Amino acid sequence: MPLLRERVLGWLHRRPEAQAWSLLGPGIGFLVVFFLIPLLIMFAYSVMPRGEYGGVERGFTLEAYQRFFVPIYLTILIRTFVVAIICTVICLALGYPVAYAVARSGRWKNLLLFLVVLPFWTSFLVRTFAMIFLMRDTGLINTWLLKLGFIREPLTILYTPFSVMAGLVYGFLPFMILPIYASLEKLDNSLLEAAEVLGARPAARFRQVTLPLSLPGVVAGCLLVFIPALGSFLTSDLLGGAKQLMIGNLVQNQFASARNWPFGSAASFILMALVLAAVLVYLRIRDDAPEGAR
Amino acid sequence: MRRGLPRWLVALVAAVYVFLHLPILVLVVFSFNASKFSVEWTGFSLEWYRRLLERDDILHGLRASLIVGVAATLISTLLGTFIALGLARHKFRGRRVLEALLYVPIVTPEIVTGISLLILYVLLGFPLGIATITIAHIAFCISFVVVVVLARIEGMDESLEEASLILGADEITTFWKVTVPQLWPGILSGALLAFTMSFDDFVITSFVAGPGSSTLPLVVYSMVRRNIEPSINAISTLILVMTTLLIYVADRFGRERAR
Repeated sequence: MPLLRERVLGWLHRRPEAQAWSLLGPGIGFLVVFFLIPLLIMFAYSVMPRGEYGGVERGFTLEAYQRFFVPIYLTILIRTFVVAIICTVICLALGYPVAYAVARSGRWKNLLLFLVVLPFWTSFLVRTFAMIFLMRDTGLINTWLLKLGFIREPLTILYTPFSVMAGLVYGFLPFMILPIYASLEKLDNSLLEAAEVLGARPAARFRQVTLPLSLPGVVAGCLLVFIPALGSFLTSDLLGGAKQLMIGNLVQNQFASARNWPFGSAASFILMALVLAAVLVYLRIRDDAPEGAR
Repeated sequence: MRRGLPRWLVALVAAVYVFLHLPILVLVVFSFNASKFSVEWTGFSLEWYRRLLERDDILHGLRASLIVGVAATLISTLLGTFIALGLARHKFRGRRVLEALLYVPIVTPEIVTGISLLILYVLLGFPLGIATITIAHIAFCISFVVVVVLARIEGMDESLEEASLILGADEITTFWKVTVPQLWPGILSGALLAFTMSFDDFVITSFVAGPGSSTLPLVVYSMVRRNIEPSINAISTLILVMTTLLIYVADRFGRERAR
């Protein structure tokens, strides 16, 4: 052992960059083989002709991408985008007030923050099931509404656009609250005091001081909700039924039952492109932000 | 100059908290309900928990989840911590680009990760099973571990390492006696994050699991799909209790070591 130790140390001294690569090598190598290369193969599959029983055949074709101009698939594409945007807007409308209240809640802050973080650690599948349990025809909401006499027949809540949206907001709201909270928490109180001394009313103080300084958190929160909403699969699968398909469900169908691998790969790639575009927009906005707000 | 928040704001915030927590609370309460037709409360019962023990698929699923979770956590934590150290402690060309690329697995939709790995496995003729699930979980956990550990390294005092080297300890001793103890809370939170994500994952796993290698989330999903019965409430409650305990223990442990 001592001999080995000497040799390792000697090697590290002679070649300092070797140390960096021996640290980075295994992990990066793993990601190249099991993350990057699979993505590249998938891209290749998306421009190849489909095989009869799944898989692909040799050749080159853009057929899979052309299929997206068929109305039913175009509808799914547009629906996914619209649903993700509406979900982001609702999360922002609900999440900003919560983040604001938590940041100014004094001694309750830790507890309130913990209650936002808790859903993070809770299984997404379990949380989606909780929504089913509440919203199905014989679920808790319908049972209580019937008992209280508000309705005579159970409302159809599950398998509607509403149930999918409720599930998405329920799932991703904490992702909006936490970054906004983080930026409000950093806010320098003396700026607000200065604004007050200079005669700004509460509404003006919020609009002209608090809001602009919390924008980085808002932008980060929107990204953290928009991306998983775009790629969501489980929510529309369990809460949406067949009419609320999103890109994620389309991808899954192509591999699970339709056996059109090139089309499924192309759909994955369009999804990936939308996500990366959202990240680039985020980086642009972040880098354009005024100095003090970062 | 703190002053009270407006009433409407407090009401709105309270409503959001109810929305965030009531569904889970209801789910847990009704796991103890005697009635099979669930939403009428007919008395306290542990019947649904007892039935779980009779189900082989759940026990097998739990076993598969634990094997995959522990293996994926150990390997991704090790690889991720090394990457974080390599990035933080060394200057080389392309470091910024590499760091940015490590965020790609985090933003990639799970369904894309799952499908692309499935294609790779089929192409290489890998039989789907515990091993393919574990590889998939390592692949999506590494980046999260890197981010968490990197944040810890950036808050660390580099002068302690310099002092150790000046005082005559070699790099290997310095690494184990100075770097690792300081880094420990970061490594632990990274590992905890990796385990929770692995234990919870449904989407990626559903593509790369083979016959007989269903993890717990896969079993729960098929139960939800088949028919809704109180046993699902019971298994959900157990999963919740387990994750909560895990976070609590890790939090305790992390604080002790950090002192």
